[in-house]
Amino acid sequence: MAEDQSLKPLPVPNADTAAFWEGCACGELRLQRCTACGTAQFPPRVVCAACQSGAPAWEVASGRGRIASYTRVHRPPSPAFKADLPYVVALVALEEGPRIMLGLRGAAAEAPRIGDAVLIRFDPPAGPHGIALPYAVAMEDA
Amino acid sequence: MSRRAIITGAADTAVGELPGSSCMGLHAEAASLALADAGLRAADIDGVLCAYSFTEPHLMLASVFCEYFGIQPAYSAAIQAGGATGCLMVMQAAALVEAGLCRHVLVVAGDNRLSGLSRDKAVAALAEVGHPQFERPFGVTIPALYALVAQAYMHEYGATPEHLAAMAVACRTHATRNPKAQMRKPITVEDVLASRFIAEPLRLLDCCLISDGGAALVVSAADAARDTARRPVAVLGTGQKNTHEHLVAAPSLTEFGCRESAAQAFGRAGVSPADIDVAEIYDSFTVTLLVELESIGFFQKGEAGPAALAGALDLGGRLPCNTHGGLMSYAHSGAAGGLFHVVEAVRQLRGEAEARQVPGAELAFVHGDGGILSAHCSLVLGRA
Repeated sequence: MAEDQSLKPLPVPNADTAAFWEGCACGELRLQRCTACGTAQFPPRVVCAACQSGAPAWEVASGRGRIASYTRVHRPPSPAFKADLPYVVALVALEEGPRIMLGLRGAAAEAPRIGDAVLIRFDPPAGPHGIALPYAVAMEDA
Repeated sequence: MSRRAIITGAADTAVGELPGSSCMGLHAEAASLALADAGLRAADIDGVLCAYSFTEPHLMLASVFCEYFGIQPAYSAAIQAGGATGCLMVMQAAALVEAGLCRHVLVVAGDNRLSGLSRDKAVAALAEVGHPQFERPFGVTIPALYALVAQAYMHEYGATPEHLAAMAVACRTHATRNPKAQMRKPITVEDVLASRFIAEPLRLLDCCLISDGGAALVVSAADAARDTARRPVAVLGTGQKNTHEHLVAAPSLTEFGCRESAAQAFGRAGVSPADIDVAEIYDSFTVTLLVELESIGFFQKGEAGPAALAGALDLGGRLPCNTHGGLMSYAHSGAAGGLFHVVEAVRQLRGEAEARQVPGAELAFVHGDGGILSAHCSLVLGRA
């Protein structure tokens, strides 16, 4: 089936990202923080991108942030997303600093504005790797 | 005598929908046209730079091309930097001849991504540029990623949908004077604003085309350039800058590496934006062009849109820009898309641009952007 939602490109965790996706599956947004310079980073990797020190530490983030930008998508990348059209994708600046990309749901998707406060939540784990994708709702909906 | 590299040959194939074309066939056709333009034989070429292909992808595209074309140059390599590739190949070719490693470098790209892929397949293939774990799962396309930039830029600097539309109108206005352009029907700001949304605020006419086509250049060492037929064009300055690959990891949503890339090129050429007679600037989307015009220094922040609405990018304007019609109205066939801008700059500097000629053009600026304003490369070209 061309419209099969299961054809969406779900993440395949690797050594860099497994801890992040494990966190999502238990309802935690996990970020890395450099033990040398203190910079928080996302996406996860084996080095700090600010100072190149190794082994950044994992921490549980607040899950709070503000919309840095958004777009309502009308033309999907593949038929797997067709049933969702139109949908709103946003970049959210987390309280800890890094930006994350995700979908907006509920009132947050109705009339998004840059700067709006949002809270990150997670879909139920799905697919062979038990991926719980994050999404964001308006702070007042939380 | 200056050791600056000289562009001695420049050509492109027909563009648009070319049934029966192949990726390597377009490469070969563009290469033959550029060699003829330079007055050189294939055996004169001792360096080859290729890019990438969607329809005939290969790990070693330069070797594939050289085998297909029947040449065995002393040096060949493929470069992949998305939309920055065209300028980057010229920058690399110039470095090779200025270092004395090659005399005549052939730069060639082409793809039949319109007739060789469905439009859906091309959109899907391009979307794979997104981060596989942290962007693509959310259903983003290349237009959606640029739409995120557009929304942030409009919020920060007050650009409007009309300002974006003015970029598309400027490119189309130029294309109406170019008999080779894929899209030649005049459009207005209202037409752009009435076209359907792709990813808000970007509409169909805010987006570049998908095309078949190929382009090639010959970049020669200064002392070798005198063997060739045409009026030479010098590579006066080059620059490059990468700040990120994925938008999710970009240091800013409104400040990009085009500023530093262009500053390097201007600095090496010893000129400033105000000296430029004609600009050919990567226009994958209207927002791409608007951000680059303001970041590079041709216009102040918030000024490019109103200026374009008043005709600043047209012939006779402050900065005639994308005189061939750009990616939005001339054609976009992968890495060749960025080379079309370079080929047009060469034609302008030689005075060969016919109805779209900028009178007396002596200095041209060319810019390519790859990824989501991730990788940038800038060229300053001038009459030699």
